[in-house]
Amino acid sequence: MNDSLDPRINRLKLNKTDDPCKVEEGENWNIFEVFHQEKRGAHHEHVGCVHAPDAGLALVFAKEQFGRRKKCVNLWVVRSADILAFDVEDEDMFANNLEKTYRDASGFKVMEKINKFKAQAKSASDK
Amino acid sequence: MGDDELIIGHRNSEWTGLGPIMEEDIAFSSMAQDKIGHSWALYRILHEELSGEDPDQFAFMRGEKDFKCCHLTEMPIGSYDFSLMRHFLFDHAETVRYNSLLQSSFLPLQQLARKVRGELKYHTLHADAWIIQLCRAGEESYLKMQTALDNCFQLACGIFEAGPDDKLLANEKVYPGEESLYEQWIENIYPVLVKASLNMPERKEPAFGGRYGKHTAYLQPLLDEMGEVFRLNPEATW
Repeated sequence: MNDSLDPRINRLKLNKTDDPCKVEEGENWNIFEVFHQEKRGAHHEHVGCVHAPDAGLALVFAKEQFGRRKKCVNLWVVRSADILAFDVEDEDMFANNLEKTYRDASGFKVMEKINKFKAQAKSASDK
Repeated sequence: MGDDELIIGHRNSEWTGLGPIMEEDIAFSSMAQDKIGHSWALYRILHEELSGEDPDQFAFMRGEKDFKCCHLTEMPIGSYDFSLMRHFLFDHAETVRYNSLLQSSFLPLQQLARKVRGELKYHTLHADAWIIQLCRAGEESYLKMQTALDNCFQLACGIFEAGPDDKLLANEKVYPGEESLYEQWIENIYPVLVKASLNMPERKEPAFGGRYGKHTAYLQPLLDEMGEVFRLNPEATW
């Protein structure tokens, strides 16, 4: 196989197929999840991931990868390995959610009360 | 300032697609674009405030002797250790220069300095993070960075070559003058070098000449390549 023009491809040593693949120390970087904040006080929203040797450089990379186009005031990075999640097979825990409509917030008729209160306040101030 | 930024921006853009990892490729290319943006802004000030040429014509049609860039910016990209060290030394110098312009008596430069402040903050954050990271990543890595610093340092001192009107500009409070910027630059890079355990070389023979149109053999080929498409039809609108 010929060498690639791209040094990153050559570093993978793909043409040495017989040798066992050995990972050198420092070659295995961590994955960091990136969270983007559009304005002060807003939630940080997950936008993707970067891989980096440490959190500091992950933030440096995330800034250009996820903060350079749309509006952004801050970013978080969190090591993916530090995130605790359910297993895929535990998805059945959520299966009956759709049947439990009594848990929907849409059941509360709040607007009527708000409008009534507003009307009261208005008539009070008119007097 | 404009020529320094145009030439180093072009040089650093030569890494696009070849950076050591994808994330760094994006970051380095993006900063190279920033540099070219800064040069465009400076050429525009020259054009609009000081009756200079059209910025594109000025960037792409001038001959080597009319360029005022320092030798550091002209050098080929070499390997990544060299390019990173150049980026570190240059961007700290650029930051010192723009910070001084925040008090400039020439208003357009003062406004530009305010505008680019955030960008430069990121550039030096990026450079510092890499320098410290690589200097703490084992003997081979450390030695490469020390060698890169030794190779770059006299070139970087050449950034602070006083031009023919240095004293006039300082007297008119346009900027404080090269010697003062040099001292501030040393003050700013020194703590980072200490953190990285790098030894700062002595200033011996700074690579001077660029500000007077004397360049290395590397500049002309760069200019030929950079202006190749533009010169096909200099009157075209982009």
